[in-house]
Amino acid sequence: MQVNSKDFIPLVNLALDNNSLQASLGMLGKGLSFKRTAAVADFPEFDQLRDEARDIKDHCLQYLDIYLMKFEEQVTNKGGHVHWASNEGEAREIVLSLCQAENARTITKSKSMVTEEIDLVPFLEDHGLDAVETDLGEYIIQLRGERPSHIIAPAVHLSKSQVADTFFDQHSNLGFNEKLTERVDLVGEARQVLREKFLGADVGISGANFLVADTGTIVLVTNEGNAELTTAIPETHIVVTGIEKIIPTLEDASTFIRLLARSAVGAEISAYTSFITGPRREEDQDGPKNFHVVLVDNGRSEMLGTELQDMLRCIRCSACLNHCPVYLSIGGHAYGSVYSGPMGAVLTPQFSRLEEAKQLPNASTFCGRCESVCPVHIPLPKLMRHWRNKEFEAGLNPLSMRWGLRAWALLNRHPLLQHMLASLGIRILGLFGNKATGYIIKLPGLAGNWTKDRDFRTPPSTTFMSQWKTMQKNRQKKEV
Amino acid sequence: MTEEKGEVALFVTCLIDNLRPDIGFSVVSLIEDAGFKVIVPELQSCCGQPNFNGGDKLNAQKTARKVIDAFIDYEYVVIASGSCGGMIKHHYIDLLVDDTLYRQKAERLTAKVYELSHFLCEVADYKPVFIDKMEVTYHDACAGLRELDIKNQPRALLAQSGVNIIEMDEPEVCCGFGGAFCVKYPEISNQMVEKKVMDANKTDAAALVTGDLGCLMNMEGKLHRLGIDLQVFHYAELLTRERLTRERLT
Ligand code: SF4
Repeated sequence: MQVNSKDFIPLVNLALDNNSLQASLGMLGKGLSFKRTAAVADFPEFDQLRDEARDIKDHCLQYLDIYLMKFEEQVTNKGGHVHWASNEGEAREIVLSLCQAENARTITKSKSMVTEEIDLVPFLEDHGLDAVETDLGEYIIQLRGERPSHIIAPAVHLSKSQVADTFFDQHSNLGFNEKLTERVDLVGEARQVLREKFLGADVGISGANFLVADTGTIVLVTNEGNAELTTAIPETHIVVTGIEKIIPTLEDASTFIRLLARSAVGAEISAYTSFITGPRREEDQDGPKNFHVVLVDNGRSEMLGTELQDMLRCIRCSACLNHCPVYLSIGGHAYGSVYSGPMGAVLTPQFSRLEEAKQLPNASTFCGRCESVCPVHIPLPKLMRHWRNKEFEAGLNPLSMRWGLRAWALLNRHPLLQHMLASLGIRILGLFGNKATGYIIKLPGLAGNWTKDRDFRTPPSTTFMSQWKTMQKNRQKKEV
Repeated sequence: MTEEKGEVALFVTCLIDNLRPDIGFSVVSLIEDAGFKVIVPELQSCCGQPNFNGGDKLNAQKTARKVIDAFIDYEYVVIASGSCGGMIKHHYIDLLVDDTLYRQKAERLTAKVYELSHFLCEVADYKPVFIDKMEVTYHDACAGLRELDIKNQPRALLAQSGVNIIEMDEPEVCCGFGGAFCVKYPEISNQMVEKKVMDANKTDAAALVTGDLGCLMNMEGKLHRLGIDLQVFHYAELLTRERLTRERLT
């Protein structure tokens, strides 16, 4: 997975200064959290379903091998093929060779985060294939040469006028010469361009929201219907997805479907939910002739049996992004990874390297809002803390911080000394204060990061502990 | 004086101890008013959260054991902070999971640890007397809200004392303090706190109230820097507002 999370700080600064991004994020945060709250309030079984969903996923993860093999058996029985990719390189090669075997030239692709994770489209393009994203958001960012900034709304960082500019630039050679301003017209134009692609595609690539072991079915949840055209028209359908998407039965799928749209966008259900089982049968009127499922591991099985296993329950609903005050301040691109927000802060170090991505799990206040909305109860703060522990164990954080924490812990074991030093400390702190206002406006060192944008109220000259001690002494004297 | 209902060990917290001793005394007077004797164990320190969240698990464990030893023998332990309270009540058991002895001790301790408003409402059944009418807005500090379910308790106490709460937009969204976060990522933190104090200020309330010192100092420092005249209080201060000097309230 291509990651530039090392540049987190400069990317954050860019994002904070980007007014149009800030406007989009403001709308995203308010809109989706409000809608989710309303959808949950309308659905009393929600919390019970969350517990069920967590339990189903935990069960599947415990017997992952068995369910995956059952899934493979079912897909094979129905005339499809399952391919196993242990890493992203293998996954790319498998998809490429499947395309080449069909002499494919054009490929349509519906939205899939796993294909982003394995950088599939640029790879196919490098091998001379014309691969077109058909999800509107993905299509827009493909035209712009960008990466998704949100796991379900990949172009959420863009304004309508930015999209209009992009279409004007890129569609004029296709005969669209008018600069559009209305949302419906933009969607209409994209539709017309994409229609040609849908009809001419040799291969359709999709992801999968769920894999049903019992029946070998893949479940696809979308809002645009593009996935249906991607998977039904071409002769070959390739599903690229992660091994953790497995669930036991179709009945279980209904549990997740009821949670997914409510958590994601506050809707009861998404506009399109497709259940696809194997290639076209003789009596079927349409559907692909060839049906392949590429199951990608890419670091997932390593998470089994560790604290990170809980993360494999993730259904990529994006609720944790939509409710994260850090994500809503900086947007997805600042994370330098296709997985952003709290879930990205847990997954990115796993799918790349901790050295590369160590900023991400640190950039959280642990406010816990993500965990409180996660439909499968993933303890996201705890998992971010897991990476902080690993970082500390590996000695990857700055020396000043390591020694600061050690010194603090040492003082915690000697409270009386700590109280004495604190008394001294607040007096020194007091020296920075402005007598008239009662505030400190500039502090040295790391504390200067506080006073960059805020003041600090000057503390009184004695601590609670020492005042309390004096009071107790006086009381005792009186009693004597 | 009526007979005391029991003994409360006060976990002062570093921030109250060093930066806002006056809030500590408000807390003491509330617990006494509720009929309990307050003890302040001398051998108390920080709860270990900086180490815990900084990835220094080993030292967090060492600190947790110290805190457990200092407080385990008391009947009740009260903390006027959701953050330190959450650390002890919500995280200690997990933190000490591999240490059988201290894990058991942690289980014993956490059962009697209470965030102040929780203690006042649900253990002490404290009914504040009416003080005077006031309009404030309330920021739900994250750890108290999500780790300890502190939401209605401070509001109920404040209401009985005459305080009317005008809810701001998104009172449950983080203020951007986050312990070391605010100095590690000052730009993000600044954006968060700015949004928070703007939302609070839009209510036209006379004061902004919360239950955690970190959030309090963060919001107060931002308001002061922006030159916005909105004072920030711990709810314990407001519940003892007859103790506060006139000038701080007006
Ligand atoms: S971690 Fe939870 S909330 Fe976030 S995307 Fe995954 S399932 Fe949704």
